[in-house]
Amino acid sequence: MAQTTLGPQSLFDELGTAVDAVGAEQRAAALATRSIKRASKLWALDLAIRCCDLTTLEGADTPGKIRALASKAMRPAPTDPSIPHVAALCIYPSLVKVAADALRGSEVAVASVATAFPSGQAALATRLAEIETAVADGADEIDIVISRSAFLAGRFDDVHDEVIRSKEACGDAHLKVILETGELGSYGAVRQASLIAMAAGADFIKTSTGKISPASTLPVALVMAESIRDYADLTGRAVGLKVAGGIRSSKDAIRYLVVIHETLGDEWLDPRRFRIGASSLLNDLLMQTDKQRSGVYSDPDGYTLD
Amino acid sequence: MNWEYAPAPESTEIVSVDDTYGLFIDGDFTDPASGEYVKTINPATEEVLAAIAQADAADVDRAVKAARTAFEPWSGQPASDRAKYLFRVARVMQERSRELAVLETMNGGKPIRESRDVDVPLAAAHFFYYAGWADKLEYAFAGRRAEPLGVAAQVIPWNFPLLMLAWKIAPALAAGNTVVLKPAETTPLTALAFASICDQAGIPPGVVNIITGGGKTGAMLVRHPDVDKVAFTGSTEVGKDIQRAIAGTAKHLTLELGGKAPNIVFADAALDQAVEGIVNGIFFNQGHVCCAGSRLLVQESAFEQVMAKLKRRLGTLRLGDPLDKNTDIGAINSRAQLDKINRLVATGVDEGAELYQSSCDLPERGFWFPPSVFTGVSQSHRIAQEEIFGPVLSVLTFRTPEEAVEKANNTPYGLSAGVWTEKGSLILWMADRLRAGVVWANTFNRFDPASAFGGYKESGFGREGGPQGLSAYVKLSES
Amino acid sequence: MSGRLDVRKTYKLFIGGAFPRSESARSYEVTAHDGDFLANAARASRKDVRDAVTVARASWPSWSGLTAYNRGQILYRVAEVMESRRAELIEQVRRAEGDADADGQVDRAIDTWVWYAGLTDKLAFIAGGLNPVAGPYFNITVPESTGVVGMAVPERPSLAGLVERLAPALCGGNTVVAITSQAHPLVAITAAECFATSDVPPGVVNLLSGHKDELVPVVASHLDVDALDVTGIGDESLAEAERAAAGNVKRIVRSQGGRSPYEATAFMELKTVWHPKGS
Repeated sequence: MAQTTLGPQSLFDELGTAVDAVGAEQRAAALATRSIKRASKLWALDLAIRCCDLTTLEGADTPGKIRALASKAMRPAPTDPSIPHVAALCIYPSLVKVAADALRGSEVAVASVATAFPSGQAALATRLAEIETAVADGADEIDIVISRSAFLAGRFDDVHDEVIRSKEACGDAHLKVILETGELGSYGAVRQASLIAMAAGADFIKTSTGKISPASTLPVALVMAESIRDYADLTGRAVGLKVAGGIRSSKDAIRYLVVIHETLGDEWLDPRRFRIGASSLLNDLLMQTDKQRSGVYSDPDGYTLD
Repeated sequence: MNWEYAPAPESTEIVSVDDTYGLFIDGDFTDPASGEYVKTINPATEEVLAAIAQADAADVDRAVKAARTAFEPWSGQPASDRAKYLFRVARVMQERSRELAVLETMNGGKPIRESRDVDVPLAAAHFFYYAGWADKLEYAFAGRRAEPLGVAAQVIPWNFPLLMLAWKIAPALAAGNTVVLKPAETTPLTALAFASICDQAGIPPGVVNIITGGGKTGAMLVRHPDVDKVAFTGSTEVGKDIQRAIAGTAKHLTLELGGKAPNIVFADAALDQAVEGIVNGIFFNQGHVCCAGSRLLVQESAFEQVMAKLKRRLGTLRLGDPLDKNTDIGAINSRAQLDKINRLVATGVDEGAELYQSSCDLPERGFWFPPSVFTGVSQSHRIAQEEIFGPVLSVLTFRTPEEAVEKANNTPYGLSAGVWTEKGSLILWMADRLRAGVVWANTFNRFDPASAFGGYKESGFGREGGPQGLSAYVKLSES
Repeated sequence: MSGRLDVRKTYKLFIGGAFPRSESARSYEVTAHDGDFLANAARASRKDVRDAVTVARASWPSWSGLTAYNRGQILYRVAEVMESRRAELIEQVRRAEGDADADGQVDRAIDTWVWYAGLTDKLAFIAGGLNPVAGPYFNITVPESTGVVGMAVPERPSLAGLVERLAPALCGGNTVVAITSQAHPLVAITAAECFATSDVPPGVVNLLSGHKDELVPVVASHLDVDALDVTGIGDESLAEAERAAAGNVKRIVRSQGGRSPYEATAFMELKTVWHPKGS
């Protein structure tokens, strides 16, 4: 995994950071009109399931809840063996041990948020220690938040530096960097934040914590995908995209896949390069899969809650 | 693993096309005097759709007479009544929008996504907009009394058949005129469907007359002595012909002709959106657009970056069945147009420009041309001067804003121009200096009934859209 | 008449797209022109005014943020729905006002909606424009909605009077809290049913029936109301209302009579924007 030696400002100069909001939204809206049917829809639904990071990030999460969700992650549809497992289970650091235990032997990764998720408002040392503990407890993937505090104050080098340090703290675990795009204020800022995170070694850049609104939107994902593409062209390093927050329907999920397909190409249509952070989405993917196969609309009670 | 989109065809069952269509004169469909019919086809499949009456001199005369007879009662109605009729037309168009979109795509070859999302909604919006002016003309022309001219002869092209019909008929009727409209030879069907919309909206007979036919019919129509106003959208060549033909008569004339628009991209532009604008500018509607951004003027310092993004973007354009909801590039409208594109592209290659084309499979039947880009083009190349009217972009470079302006204006045309830069002052400075009737900054191919559209120089004169669009259809006297 | 007993309507307030009773639970008797009992109409209180202003303010950004075309379409739809209830409205006007030309009044009201529906995307041309300043600057003046408009609607004609003040205010993107005709409020509530069923977003139009002398001072002094239409305020209360309105420099608007774009622009602000032109 090559890390570029280009700092934020050099990347900004080389790749540009201007984004026209109306143009970006228009392009996203046009991509949203793609009509994905039949075999291509089934394929997309299957991919979306394989790319799910099944998520629970609630104060009320208990080991029992985690164990139940882990079971769902490994077997989304207990009576249908054709349904694949999801990519990862995404949880708070305090529950990593339980999750690692529940998922042992399966191919579902343990993903933990860290760095004072969701606000990121804690001392750097605390945030880094949180990563180290989660990794030691068995996390395969770490989802951190960038310091919006530093970003919005214009301290891009600090943001960059903190991500580098976080990547170091991850060891072998792979790093997803949450930009919290809903707080950044503009698409241009989203592009800047994307470039900073990638320059600092992020394996994935991620839209949102899902704890504020707006969370992930199609235009934001488009802008981030374009940043990933431009960065890959320049440095040869492929960074993944994770969209999270507010993605509840299969229709939404497929729209994101279209954006990836037509911006980054099919190499990114893979759980190694694309993830969807979701909870209720999974059952909708199952329902739509059944509907696509049988032609009949399904009943939500036919799908397990966890 | 390659993700292929499954075919997603829009159903055609909502459309019913008759075997034959007569001429819509005085509220009824009637047979052509000569008994002559010409087949109209679907350019994507070459399948025959219907036989279309060809109006001759006698038919033209009858249509103009019907319009003349209907003029006095129509213009004598309270203006609010005319408004209500036009609101009805707008609403019926919205109600029948899917049917109209499918018909437009079948007859013209443009992607259903465009006819559904652009052509039909805009056409309905034009009627809605001008309905609102019909009883407010005193506010459109301060201090003057606006009265209709009488009978308007309107000849429209094949690239936006229903939309061009709306641009012509809506303001004409709002101002109190009656019309005889001739749709393009290859695309009569949505105009003929419009006749049934007029019927459903209760438009009095003779107010709208639709006569089909070829260039000869159009020539007879504009020359008819009892026509007060001529409105033409089409090629510059035919426009000049019409201008000559009506010289010395009292006829009012507006022309909306060809273009060779410069799309100017500065290095500081938001590049991904600029590339979308370039693509939209020349590949929207297969480049069959008078205001198409057919000359890309890119700042030399950004040339490599822009071309790399553009070529990659060309690879994601989907060419194929226009009725497929995922198609981006549809069929070329006719064999004649395809031949013309082929000829001009061959010229470009001969003159030494470098041709890049996206590698898409062209269907066997129908008329198709892949999205194409010429680089190494200079002003003196034919492909930089002549309107190709196809999905072919010519790329030139410039160094400074002054040079961009010079090259942009260095054409007998002047319909539209695009400017891409994040610098506001530069946009406004360029807009001041570009000799074009429409300047799009950080966008392209945006149309709105409230926004006046029309050309400078040999792109024509007169405006459509906005209150300015009413001028063409009124005479002004003291209030 | 047949022996069938009718099911009588309860006439409530129209606030936030819903029909609540007054929070004060009060009502007052409404009689027909011949003295017969018609209904108990809700008697709005100051708290109802407060609630109406709150929703009017909350719905203003999105209403004024719609494209003018979209707003025009919605107003046209109101006319469509009113037209479909023309017979009912005529009957109500006749019973209430004894109006010999109830038909004419209702037709005028519907046609006024149509007229203003077609005006929304013409206001910018009429009231705004490019200004040729003496310098290298792009300079444009644009009209924008004022915000929340409070109004007292004329006593008569009860429907046309309401429409002739509502339509111009809405046309430009304002939201409205209107006190209806006190003696003849019922047709206003039927009109509210038309708004509620024609894509007008909740909160954009709010209609309060009740005693004008109670309600006018509250609307006139409310600091979150931007303009006050005084057309339906009686002479005896006018000065007091205008004084109260000065508390937050409300724009005072009065009908000039008839339909005109300037009835709509009276409820609008003008913003001028400059930008240099240079390479």
